[in-house]
Amino acid sequence: MTEIEIGMPTLKPKDFKTDQEVRWCPGCGDYIILNTVQSFLPEMKIRREDIVFVSGIGCSSRFPYYVNTYGLHSIHGRAPAIATGLAASRPELSVWVVTGDGDALSIGGNHLIHALRRNVNLTILLFNNRIYGLTKGQYSPTSELGKVTKSTPMGSLDAPFNPLSLAIGAEATFVARAMDSDRAGLLSVLRAAHEHKGAAFIEIYQNCNIYNDGAFEVLKDPGTRDEAIIPLVTGQPIRFGKDGHRGVVRDPNTGVLGVAEVSEVGNDAIVVHDPSTEDPSYAFGLSRLSGSDLGHTPFGVFRSVQRPTYDGQMSAQLDEAVAKSGAGDLDQLLHGSDTWVVGAGADAS
Amino acid sequence: MWGHGYPYSSTYTAVEVATLVTKPVLHIDRVVIRLAGDSGDGMQLTGDRFTAETASFGNDLSTLPNFPAEIRAPAGTLPGVSSFQLHFADHDIMTPGDAPDVLVAMNPAALRANLGDLPRGKTIIANADEFAGRSLTKVGYTANPLEDDSLADYQLISVPLTSLTLEALKDSGLGKKDAERAKNMFALGLLSWMYNRPTEGTIAFLKKRFAGKPEIAESNVTAFRAGYNYGDTTEAFAVSYEIKPAEMPPGVYRNINGNLALAYGLVAAAKCSGLPLFLGAYPITPASDILHELSKHKAFGVRTFQAEDEIAGVGAALGASFGGALGVTTTSGPGVALKGETIGLAVSMELPLVIVDVQRGGPSTGLPTKTEQADLLMAMFGRNGESPVPIVAPRSPSDCFDAALEAVRIATTFMTPVFLLSDGYLANGSEPWLLPNSADLSDLRRPFVTEPNGPDGEFLPYQRDQATLARPWAVPGTTGLQHRLGGLEKSDGAGEINYEPANHDYMVRTRQAKVDRIADGLPPTEVDDPTGAARVLVLGWGSTYGPIGAACRRLRVDGLEIAQLHLRHLNPFPSDLGPVLKRYERVVVPEMNLGQLALLLRAEYLVDIVGYNQVRGLPFRAAELADVLHGVITEVTNATEGSGEATASEHRREERARSGASAEPTDMTEVLR
Repeated sequence: MTEIEIGMPTLKPKDFKTDQEVRWCPGCGDYIILNTVQSFLPEMKIRREDIVFVSGIGCSSRFPYYVNTYGLHSIHGRAPAIATGLAASRPELSVWVVTGDGDALSIGGNHLIHALRRNVNLTILLFNNRIYGLTKGQYSPTSELGKVTKSTPMGSLDAPFNPLSLAIGAEATFVARAMDSDRAGLLSVLRAAHEHKGAAFIEIYQNCNIYNDGAFEVLKDPGTRDEAIIPLVTGQPIRFGKDGHRGVVRDPNTGVLGVAEVSEVGNDAIVVHDPSTEDPSYAFGLSRLSGSDLGHTPFGVFRSVQRPTYDGQMSAQLDEAVAKSGAGDLDQLLHGSDTWVVGAGADAS
Repeated sequence: MWGHGYPYSSTYTAVEVATLVTKPVLHIDRVVIRLAGDSGDGMQLTGDRFTAETASFGNDLSTLPNFPAEIRAPAGTLPGVSSFQLHFADHDIMTPGDAPDVLVAMNPAALRANLGDLPRGKTIIANADEFAGRSLTKVGYTANPLEDDSLADYQLISVPLTSLTLEALKDSGLGKKDAERAKNMFALGLLSWMYNRPTEGTIAFLKKRFAGKPEIAESNVTAFRAGYNYGDTTEAFAVSYEIKPAEMPPGVYRNINGNLALAYGLVAAAKCSGLPLFLGAYPITPASDILHELSKHKAFGVRTFQAEDEIAGVGAALGASFGGALGVTTTSGPGVALKGETIGLAVSMELPLVIVDVQRGGPSTGLPTKTEQADLLMAMFGRNGESPVPIVAPRSPSDCFDAALEAVRIATTFMTPVFLLSDGYLANGSEPWLLPNSADLSDLRRPFVTEPNGPDGEFLPYQRDQATLARPWAVPGTTGLQHRLGGLEKSDGAGEINYEPANHDYMVRTRQAKVDRIADGLPPTEVDDPTGAARVLVLGWGSTYGPIGAACRRLRVDGLEIAQLHLRHLNPFPSDLGPVLKRYERVVVPEMNLGQLALLLRAEYLVDIVGYNQVRGLPFRAAELADVLHGVITEVTNATEGSGEATASEHRREERARSGASAEPTDMTEVLR
């Protein structure tokens, strides 16, 4: 990525807006996410032309049209694959994927898990509204079991994905969660993701006020949110609730993470958050604290570990090949090792 | 046949006999050898080596590997038989040969599976050791065919290949099983003696291939030499044969198969276009070898990405194209079926992309290792909406190199995805290739745009070049040209989302017009019509070039007039194709499908087409094609004689009326429909 040189004009959030009319439904959570991302982009100190947003299909996938960078609004589910080709061939670019729960976890599930395991240098924003919005209200792979929708009048039958559990299981090196209405929280995970080299996966809870309004109400209602939200702060004991009366503890026998009253177990028993823990079972344990009811839902960076990036290693292999045998010589390649000469005046090699 | 379209010479030299010191050497002008054995017997390797020896000797050659889809079918069974056919000659040849002159059968299954193709009087070399007990009964022999006189019509040479190999290797220290494995090299040595092939290449090859296992290398060389000496000394072989080097245009040659030539063509195209090559691919037979080959060429800046599936393969290639790379995906028919939506996205985004389809027998998984050319209509129409994609096809293994360059030229000049339709026969078949000089290859550079093109200093991603209708290619990293592409319909010029009826109509027609304009830049269609008097034209595409050309030669040798035309461009057709077709009273289109090109030609030109169609998983036989064409020529001639002074055009009308009423005897398309 090209750092902005001293003397170049500093970019402002408005520099990342396009002249396109934003066409999400009034009141959609996507607006505030767009706004937050646009306000964050200048912080990266990367030129607009070195940033690419790639999306699939769905409400969230309109995102690239509204950001003044290079952009690609592709086809359903395939954004991680397309972004992989772009990032692998242009490792100096900042490549972002914007996707939704249907796009990333249903039709595009295969591409998502492989982009994560390869650790391609991508920032993946998954807008999770637990519903299909663009097709007008069918249940999605993150909808709670028994969800009544147009396509499931008697309730959905399939167990939902926990996107973070899936990402961690797919060997993701960076996994975080934020929420549309929590601007500060989203900004802080965007910053952490930007610092991460490799695939950064961010799940953003996003309210669809038309087809699934109030899906995250328990996390937003002043009466319930403090007991439901678990803020993850690196180096701090994981405590939450009014005055931090609750905390995350590890069962000494099974290693399973759970929630306890601090007054009962003591502060020393509370797990101190360390997203750089190599063993993915720690982050996985955190991801399992919340079920579909969102009763105990951690926010922040779950996991951030270093592993060589796919694009970086691919470039390194090219460099290594040139260092070993020199830049490719086409005539030498075409000749191979077995040639013969017909007629006079021709040279074999 | 060799590459670069050199006009062939049909010098069938007379057979002459010469005598050397030890055994007589019989001079012949051509031979077709088929090596057949279990799929674990190393027949493909043996064939490759014999081909390399033959190539380095300077014969013209053409090969046809034929192997089962199973890696190791049960040993000694008919489904497990793998074969390799090689045709070589002292003159230009065009096919791997219709029928073998010599069949090497390593076991009873190989004999049973291939004997039907061997004309009577031809030679069988059989590994006598394997013709016993279960090996015989497993494939339905109740008696040993080598001993019961059932092969009396053939020249049978029974050789105990296995025991001779074991004997030769008795001091090697190898166990019986390992030593037995070298029997294919014994057979190769024997053939090398029979046909006076140079042996140094094979010895060097074996030493290099088994460099890490010197005892295996040594035993293979020993078996190879033992086979050679066996031919020289045993009385079973009275003569050896010499086939003189072919007269070929001067230059440096190598032997090459289609997949390798195609991979090289892509590397060359990347160099000529100044674009880094990015291949996104998922393993699939028979295209995987292109992925393997390109993976070796990182020193050329080639990036290869083995994707999680076919869709990701083409998606990554398209993403790379957006970034300014030469995006390529390689696959076979089932993969194209999966890639359709992404190819449509490339049509909409108007980015260069090359989709290589090495066609195989279908539908579904079909015949993974056999050839067919039944994906033409899928390439043409296999996407939603009006989604035109140019199509080019190579005609021979070495021509895959030139076809790859042409596909890339069209893709970058017209900002479009392009189909390159190879097939299983081209992929694995080989021929000598007159090597091009890289300095002589066309310049395919087409610079990225770096400046805004709009009246107010803005960038208009769909503002088109007036000549080609191509839109500008601006890549990320270029200041001031940030833009957003996608699959939603865009406004002409500005490239903003646009659902207006008039705009969509305009954009659909413009994308079609852009593809149509490719035809404007194509060279005039060249018909091979030596006397200019032919009344029947045979028109083909893809790998049928060899057998069609060979069939035409046979007819001309017999004094018949036939014109041949072979299409490189299937979409769009060359702009002069219509008038060319109308010059002939009858147009015959042989295809390894049920009439896909014929359908397109009929629709485009309202010209009646006589289809000749086979889907056997194998190339056409030249003799069979010659018979079919002979029949059509005779019919046309008789029709004229029978109707007095009627004009040719009246005849054509009559023919058309008649073929509409009843199926032509040679038109399998009609029959099967």
